Amino acid sequence: MPGKLKARIVAGRHLPVMDRASDLTDAFVEVKFGNTTFKTDVCPKSLNPQWNSEWFKFEVDDEDLQDEPLQVTVLDHDTYSANDAIGKVYIDIDPLLCSEAASVISGWFPIYDTIHGIRGEINVLVKVELFNDLNRFRQSSCGVKFFCTTSIPRCYRAAMVHGFVEELVVNEDPEYQWIDRIRTPRASNEARQRLISLMSGELQRKIGLKVLEMGGNAVVGYLQCFDLEGESGLVVRAIGTACTLDKLSSGSAPNTNTHMHPNTAPASNACNSPSKDGKEPVFGEDLLSSSGPPTPFRALPTSSSSPPPFSPSKPCSRQSSSSDTDLSLTPKTEKAQPVRRRPGIFLCPSSPTLSTDTLSLPGSGSVGCGHGSAPRATTPPPLSSIRSDSALLRKSVSFTEDLLLAASGMGSGGSAGKEAGPLKTLLRQQTQTALEQRGASSSGLLLNAREFPFFTLTSFPPGFLVHVGGVVSARSVKLLDRIHNPDEPETRDAWWEEIRQEIKSHAKALGCHAVVGYSESTSICEEVCILSASGTAAILNPRYMREGCLDMGITDHRFEEPSPPSCGFCHIPYDELNMPFPAQLTYCYHCRRQKVPDVLFTTIDLPPEAAVTGKGCLIQARLCRLKKKAQGEVNATAISNLLPFMEYELHTQLMNKLKLRSMNALFGLHIQISVGENMLLGLASATGVYLTALPAPGGIQIAGKTPGDLSNEQHILTIQKRINDTIAKNKELYQINPPELTEEVVGSPIPDPRQRSRLFRSHSESSDEVSELDLSHGKKDAFVLEIDDTDAVEDIHSLLTDAPTPTGFYSCNTEVMPGIYNWTSGVQMFTSVRVLRLSNANLTNQGLNKIFTDLCENLLKSFYFKLRSMIPCCLCRLNFTVAVPEEELIQVAVTAVAMTFDKDQTQEKPAEKAITKGCSETEDQLQFPLELCADASSANNQPSSKISGVPETTNVSSRAASVDYGSFADRCSTWLELLRLKAHTIRRGSVKTISSLDRSSPLPEGRSRSLRSNRSFAGGSVTVVKMTPLSFLPGTRIIKYLGIINMFFIRETSSLREEGGVSGFLHSFIAEVFAMVRAHVAALGGNAVVSYSMKECVFMENPNKNQAQCLINVSGDAVICVRETDQEPIPSMTNIGQTCTSGTDGAT
Amino acid sequence: MAVELDVFVGNTTIMDEEVYQLWLDGYTVNDAVKVRMEGGVMEECEASADVLLSDTMDQYRTFQMCERLLHSPAKLANQLLFQIPPNRQAILIERYYAFDDAFVREVLGKKLSKGTKKDLDDIGAKTGVTLKSCRRQFDNFKRVFKVVEELKGPLVENIRQHFLLSDKLARDYAAIVFFANNRFETGKRKLQYLTFQDFAFCAGQLINNWTVGAVDNMVEDMDVDLDKEFLQELKELKILITDKDLLDQHKSLVCTALRGKTKAFNEMEANFKNLSRGLINIAAKLTNTKDVRDFFIDLVEKFIEPCRSDRWTAADMKLYLTHYTNSAHILDTFKHQVVWDRYMGVIKSCIFKMYHD
Repeated sequence: MPGKLKARIVAGRHLPVMDRASDLTDAFVEVKFGNTTFKTDVCPKSLNPQWNSEWFKFEVDDEDLQDEPLQVTVLDHDTYSANDAIGKVYIDIDPLLCSEAASVISGWFPIYDTIHGIRGEINVLVKVELFNDLNRFRQSSCGVKFFCTTSIPRCYRAAMVHGFVEELVVNEDPEYQWIDRIRTPRASNEARQRLISLMSGELQRKIGLKVLEMGGNAVVGYLQCFDLEGESGLVVRAIGTACTLDKLSSGSAPNTNTHMHPNTAPASNACNSPSKDGKEPVFGEDLLSSSGPPTPFRALPTSSSSPPPFSPSKPCSRQSSSSDTDLSLTPKTEKAQPVRRRPGIFLCPSSPTLSTDTLSLPGSGSVGCGHGSAPRATTPPPLSSIRSDSALLRKSVSFTEDLLLAASGMGSGGSAGKEAGPLKTLLRQQTQTALEQRGASSSGLLLNAREFPFFTLTSFPPGFLVHVGGVVSARSVKLLDRIHNPDEPETRDAWWEEIRQEIKSHAKALGCHAVVGYSESTSICEEVCILSASGTAAILNPRYMREGCLDMGITDHRFEEPSPPSCGFCHIPYDELNMPFPAQLTYCYHCRRQKVPDVLFTTIDLPPEAAVTGKGCLIQARLCRLKKKAQGEVNATAISNLLPFMEYELHTQLMNKLKLRSMNALFGLHIQISVGENMLLGLASATGVYLTALPAPGGIQIAGKTPGDLSNEQHILTIQKRINDTIAKNKELYQINPPELTEEVVGSPIPDPRQRSRLFRSHSESSDEVSELDLSHGKKDAFVLEIDDTDAVEDIHSLLTDAPTPTGFYSCNTEVMPGIYNWTSGVQMFTSVRVLRLSNANLTNQGLNKIFTDLCENLLKSFYFKLRSMIPCCLCRLNFTVAVPEEELIQVAVTAVAMTFDKDQTQEKPAEKAITKGCSETEDQLQFPLELCADASSANNQPSSKISGVPETTNVSSRAASVDYGSFADRCSTWLELLRLKAHTIRRGSVKTISSLDRSSPLPEGRSRSLRSNRSFAGGSVTVVKMTPLSFLPGTRIIKYLGIINMFFIRETSSLREEGGVSGFLHSFIAEVFAMVRAHVAALGGNAVVSYSMKECVFMENPNKNQAQCLINVSGDAVICVRETDQEPIPSMTNIGQTCTSGTDGAT
Repeated sequence: MAVELDVFVGNTTIMDEEVYQLWLDGYTVNDAVKVRMEGGVMEECEASADVLLSDTMDQYRTFQMCERLLHSPAKLANQLLFQIPPNRQAILIERYYAFDDAFVREVLGKKLSKGTKKDLDDIGAKTGVTLKSCRRQFDNFKRVFKVVEELKGPLVENIRQHFLLSDKLARDYAAIVFFANNRFETGKRKLQYLTFQDFAFCAGQLINNWTVGAVDNMVEDMDVDLDKEFLQELKELKILITDKDLLDQHKSLVCTALRGKTKAFNEMEANFKNLSRGLINIAAKLTNTKDVRDFFIDLVEKFIEPCRSDRWTAADMKLYLTHYTNSAHILDTFKHQVVWDRYMGVIKSCIFKMYHD
């Protein structure tokens, strides 16, 4: 169905001088949409031309409206020679296609040229008349709203959360087309910009279609990425969470953190039949039946296990094969938790023969670990091929052991291994090829297909999140191959499908039916590509999966909400009696009723209702690993061999740093592994907090390997003292003063918690340790770091060299800082990029680590210094991105926001207000669609291990558990290697709709739009546009979302020195990008961008040729926000962590 | 391990006033870092030298990028590249257009040409202002000069509106433009004791009273050029010294009024004719451009120096000039009262201002 696009060119200003003779310009404008072009008259001899053109009208399909940008080109008229282009403006008209967003685009846009940057401004007016399209075969999806925000946008209410949507489109990169050899850099850049704009539009349209199919009307947490694969093409992919959002009337508080009404009645839908008590294994039978039937994979020689050759005396051999994995998880008696590492490589999916055992060897390993007390029948003997693999892998035994431990529960109970000797390494062979996967996709696994219960959201309405299992992640190393047929990007789809399957199975292994805070990323170097995905396994409230009723009251709370909101999410999602891993569980320090792990890692934001002691802080683990330069498969193998060790070390660092800060949980964990020609960079960032519900972390104990050596002992003592001092200092710094456990607790509803915990501890402590210690003083849980070589010393040093944040500063990578609630309005968003050239060719890993760590630390120090005028202030959503653009370069790009707060009240939470408010807001009900049910059912009662951080991609080889790992015993805290399930379903597209639950009409009815002038057109001053990576601006209320901002720019120069060198070049480019974002937002009528992020910053230079090029991709949500008036009920507005029920009072 | 690239860009452009001043003063990045370190900013925020260097470079880059906009300050307000709060914009502009009195004193009255620009290194060496800063200041003068040259309307107001400067700074620029346009000689040794502010005050007087704009406020260059008609009319004042009767009469009137009121009476009486001739001759010669240029040196030589050698106090001077001016009104044969007032009003205030050590 057609729509009518109308554009008018009003005027220009500050144009560059194009005619040297007259120092003036004869400018005119071409307006192009699709294949139609209009021109204005020439406005002679003026640098501030007034065109006042007529309305240029384009009659086009709405499909084109979604895909194409409006292209405005400003040119200088030249009578005798070709007209010179001054620059261009691409205007994304998508916001105009949604009735609830902007109604007109009008304002000054910077005229941008990829060679010269911004050259003046142009005033443009754009409107769209769209006709309603009810054709069910339509290819357009106008009206679906997109949000980058990873929570329910303020001023909306989630009527329904449908689930995961994903899509990817591929194309040839114009930069690599033959024509690029004969066209100018400008033409090439513009072709690329235009192509990416088109692809983004197409991607958004396709995702929109999926959403409509599902019955939703919006995508929240929309994350779009580019993979510049070079020769092999250009991939634009996106994921998001489909929702049905209802707009809240402006009068009512725009509380989007909807309070779940506790009294929701069970839905009639059969699929939503969990018992009221969410803990019951309602879905048990479903699971058995669903996992039982043989799948096409059964036939594949995909995996098996080998009995551990060096297993200890009481081995409990754990077998898992690809097809029985599901089954093995199901029985409640299951004690062993198989862990599946990410398969290493799938080489050349187009040539499946390569993906055989030998090639995938390093990538395929699985670790199982079980209690001796829970024996499980071993499975058939491994295939011979596996044997050979394990032999091959034996050489890395010492590492593998570390990995194993790292993976199998970093809980302080890790020492259980000593008694039970349960750790088994099972080798699993991963041999599916892309071909087989494709075969599978056609073989009807679509039954399972709806499948990914993933949510890109990172913060949720209260009550939504029941339990959090831990981080699940998966990585895979691929060799890029030219995409032969852009219309069928099957390989790329298959790759992601595979990763998602793995994530899903990890979540299942954790007893969770959903993954929240889900994200995907890639790192590409030449033809090698690392695909990564991570999220947090979680159990979501089954109540929200059905239609809810709106009656009030908190009466049934006992049933509906067995755990108080302030600690409930910490409770383990699995059954502690069948705990497959000897992790240390204790009774929740908050409610005393349920078990919690001792450490919790997640990728989500801290739930607003969570009880926190003290403040949080940014914790980073940084790591460099050298690798040999190599090509093709050898290179891919080398990388996938390195990955597990990197993950392991990153997690160890995180754990140590967490302990050093005396904290027990990580939120917003993001691990990035970036690949370069001769090294791998790993950066893990998270926000550490002390969750009141979790036990106090023990200290860190240093142990020497050689007791006799006096000087050594002296040394160890000094280090120990330094560590203890640091911990004490940190406790003070972050105000961590957990309440002492009182004796009354013994009388809590759960019988004799101490007795039971002692029981557990007897498992987890080495025999010579006393187990009668009071749990509340976690000292004896001290984490032992052994100094047995110089590396260890280095590690400890690096642990201690992290500079504390200067007084008055806090930093975190989550939305807001746990423990700070009273933000004032000072906001400063910034982007910083640093590139380091490694001059020394013979660097060691240690040396590199130091350099990389210093780079990150120095960046932080620079921020603190630059922003010192804002003290007291907190750097929020610190987002570090690392890259290895060239052989000897390390690039770190950071985007964050500094926000001021009122120092005096940082300790208080505006608590009660929020509670009452939340309870009364019954209309803010959130329901879940059916999609979740199947998976929920399959996972609900599975035994699984407690997890905090889950290292993935690690290839754990088959090996013995008997190797001495004493030094690691106590280091383990809550890690887990996850079982990998073998359900491979590969299809194109992953969204299936269920129409029975569809309630809302996918298309907004009213299409009539009026030219609203809610902004001033005053020529003089420029609208101030605030930008923030957060979903809100403190002190303001978002009254309208105007649409998504998703912009891609290329800038190139061949006069690098003249533009101030690389720094000058990039500095002005980033400033220009900001300016263009602000201009577009202002033209939409907005005054702020929330959830802003810089997705991509690819910088290339060639100083010898005096050239440089940079690509930047940014996104965010354009909004109108108004200052909050004093009497306005704020709590709903101010989001996460700010106005929520306080911990202790929250247990209504 | 070299930092290859290091940038920090804020949505709201971050500018440190201290660094801005160092930049304006022409310090190199390294020198600026030294100054900042000595200023103790490091202790204040636990920063290291590296951090300081990185910050200084960033800021310098920002200023360099802003400089283009500062050349036409009106653009700063509606450009899109940098988001700078209005009060910050005002500070940026005001500081950018601020100048060193020592420097401006050197170029005051000189032609704002390339030739002068070449001498800037000498001026810099003499005044202790860095060459970079000298250039900026000189270019500012030139830029303002060029813009207002072609504009109608009051000079000060034009400068203020086009360059968004404060009233005080706009007046100073008006003085600079005025001096440059009329090429007043200010560099002679005898004039060295005068400060820029002395001259600026005199320029204000001249602009307000002796230019075309003083009578007609819609003429081009009205505030920059002296009123030719008026200068012509000044010749008529010669009668006060050529007519012997008038001169004697004038002297006796003044002396009567002054007698007993000052210690310097005797010197005044003795020098009256010389001094009067001095002032009237200055007036009569102003039709010559050359003599206009020498206006200030003439004032000093013909009037201020004789008085100073007779040790007149400032109060003596005031008294004398007041009576000297007023007495002329009583002379019945003297018909040029209006011109006289217009002339003496300015001369009086200029001499008051210039009469110091």
